[in-house]
Amino acid sequence: MVDFAGWNMPVQYKSIIAEHMATREKIGLFDVSHMGEFLVTGAGAHDFIQYIIANDLNRLATADRALYSQLCYEDGGTVDDLIVYRRKEDFLLVVNASNIDKDWEWISSHASKFDVKLTNISDQLGLLALQGPQAVPLLSEIVGEWVSQLPSFGYGEATIDGTSFSFGRTGYTGEDGFEIFVPTAKAEWLWNLLLERGQAKGIEACGLGARDTLRLEAGLPLYGHELERDISPIESGLGWSVKPDKGDFIGREVLAKQKAGGLERQIVCLKGTGKAAPRQGYSVFHGDKEVGKVTSGAPGVFVGYPLAFALVSMPVTKVGTELTIGIRDTKVPATVVNRPWYKRKK
Amino acid sequence: MLSHPDELKYVKSHEFVSVEGDVATIGITAFAADQLGDVTFVELPKVGEKFKTEQKFGVIESVKSVSDLFMPIAGEITAVNENLNSEPELVNLDTYKGGWMIKVKIENAAEVASLMSAEDYKKFIVD
Repeated sequence: MVDFAGWNMPVQYKSIIAEHMATREKIGLFDVSHMGEFLVTGAGAHDFIQYIIANDLNRLATADRALYSQLCYEDGGTVDDLIVYRRKEDFLLVVNASNIDKDWEWISSHASKFDVKLTNISDQLGLLALQGPQAVPLLSEIVGEWVSQLPSFGYGEATIDGTSFSFGRTGYTGEDGFEIFVPTAKAEWLWNLLLERGQAKGIEACGLGARDTLRLEAGLPLYGHELERDISPIESGLGWSVKPDKGDFIGREVLAKQKAGGLERQIVCLKGTGKAAPRQGYSVFHGDKEVGKVTSGAPGVFVGYPLAFALVSMPVTKVGTELTIGIRDTKVPATVVNRPWYKRKK
Repeated sequence: MLSHPDELKYVKSHEFVSVEGDVATIGITAFAADQLGDVTFVELPKVGEKFKTEQKFGVIESVKSVSDLFMPIAGEITAVNENLNSEPELVNLDTYKGGWMIKVKIENAAEVASLMSAEDYKKFIVD
């Protein structure tokens, strides 16, 4: 067990490789109750969120849809990345566990100009992620066939045995599946129910270790690695989720410039060679010149080769560029490849 | 239940030593393998290299971590386990047999006598 943002959580239940493969091929269940949840209500909720996030909230045409975005500083650096749920009565923001206090302070500090009420409900909500090709069939069996009709980033609610819970068709593994919000007191009940009902489908309880290797292989950024106080979402390669044209928001000016091509460095995906894995902090070279550092690295458990996100200087960010990674006393060849390394078959 | 056989010797850096005549077979303990999780890569020295006690002789990687391997005793490498190149998981699955890492020609027999017994090592890892 490791201490993670004050939570006592297992890195693995069985083995990272077994849990990773179960999620790719069958189904994995993750306890991510440490994540933070803030409720935003009031007449100004829409405009307020539009002002603090970099993505365009108007991309959610109806209620019960979710959006991936980031909170940015004026200089374009990242406060956090998050998922915004537009629900019928309110908005729900889901943020990273290690950033809950910082985010709450940041968001609160900008709320005074808007007619909004903010509530930190992180302690009241458990969050379980059900991920993998069998996730939709399993939740369909338990909740009803209709959940299979939810679109990607759709949101639904259900009641079982008198307990109400809700879920988004979202995840952090590269697989289809759901992230399920449940009252904290009922989280263990739902965890056990899903494990029991999922047994015939090969469900595995998965820890933080597999969560990290799965998100990495799927090319998803992790705050503290690919996103940081001084790494903007554009630098992180998330330009698709930054919408400077939507109107005023915090960080707009810098992000618009960066998006228009004003980047000095960028996060790239590297396909490694050999058996030793790149790790965070290892140097990346172009010829003899150091051009950046690895931000996350691991053996690609499913794809079968070492992989790494690295923050490197322009212009060596082009797909196909041959770089090397300093692993102990050798420089191991690595190629810039398209994101992500792993994409599920639809 | 993790196994730490009585017939082996142990050191605080979590390597085991199995002695046969003047040759010692060295690997990591079941406790260490369990702590590392799935082993993905083991970097070993070449036959003929000489190492001092507590000198780094290799590197072991698991999915999540990188750790150095240290010599429990001084000696010259007489063999390395080539199987670990293709099957590093042997360290997890068959720790003391198929998961061995190096064989060493023992330089100083007195060193072997000073190593921890299984009983001492089990006490050490509980603390």
